[in-house]
Amino acid sequence: MMAEAGSKKVLCGPPKSRMPVESPLCPGCQHGVIGRILGEVIDELGIQGDTVCIAGVGCHAMMLFTTNVDFVQALHGRAPGIGTGVKRGLNGKKLVFTVQGDGDLASIGMGDIVHSAIRGEKLTIIFCNNSAYGTTGGQMAPTTLVGQPTTTTPGGRQYKSAGFPVHIAELLAGFPGVAYSARCAVNSLAEYAKTKKAIKTAFQKQIDDVGLSIVEILSACPPSLKLSPTKSIQWIKDHMMAEFPLGEFKNVDEISPGYTIKGS
Amino acid sequence: MIEVVINAEWCKGCGLCILFCPQNCLSMGSQISSKGYSYPVFSNEEECNGCTACGKLCPDMAINIYKL
Repeated sequence: MMAEAGSKKVLCGPPKSRMPVESPLCPGCQHGVIGRILGEVIDELGIQGDTVCIAGVGCHAMMLFTTNVDFVQALHGRAPGIGTGVKRGLNGKKLVFTVQGDGDLASIGMGDIVHSAIRGEKLTIIFCNNSAYGTTGGQMAPTTLVGQPTTTTPGGRQYKSAGFPVHIAELLAGFPGVAYSARCAVNSLAEYAKTKKAIKTAFQKQIDDVGLSIVEILSACPPSLKLSPTKSIQWIKDHMMAEFPLGEFKNVDEISPGYTIKGS
Repeated sequence: MIEVVINAEWCKGCGLCILFCPQNCLSMGSQISSKGYSYPVFSNEEECNGCTACGKLCPDMAINIYKL
């Protein structure tokens, strides 16, 4: 980052593992910021050649076109399963991370992520939570807030018929196979630094061969919120951060069941 | 002296850099890019302290910041 370009010092430039191409995402979509943080973390840890990314299905998978690491495109929600195969098939020599959205991970892929957590797979999960199915036009997702209008719930999500939003970071923190679980946001420079630290810690857990690590990142999707980019940032602060509290929910250096059976 | 360079071809005019700048150094310009978006200009060079909030929080990575 702090490289010299002629006589000028670069304070903020593109990370090396971010390809010099235009972002294919909508104006104001914060998935681009998550892609940038991933690029910076991969550069700082020096793991560009040793990393395989498994992309889910959704807008977050556009990182496939912008991040310069090896990619496998998974079926919808199956990224942790494919990641398990890549990680075990390469004898754990490569670092494997998945990029998944809330429609991908929290609905159709719920079984895959929960069983990866049960098995304690050495994977890093980057979970982009934008509280709607952005790719298909803003339908209700499992993480949609109660009262949030979407294409399929025009009057707002009703909890009596459609239930409550799912809290993935807290849910996965309850599994013994999970080494690290945190929820972050990217709506200020301070939150940006915290998110970067969390993603770095999550990768470190995989490098140290501890267990599954997940970072949930709250991200604005202005088209599905039907707000301007600046207003959707305010919406995240007012509503989404109230429903989904930020912070670290689990950070352990060793996973264990907490008991032993005599004679085993 | 801080130089903020905005890549007009990558910018989609979302205005988040203007929102996140604590010193109000950026403002939306009147020019239109080839893709049809209006893009911000670095209008208040004296106040910029080089915090890099605009560059790091730009979703399109359209802002590069240099110290001269």
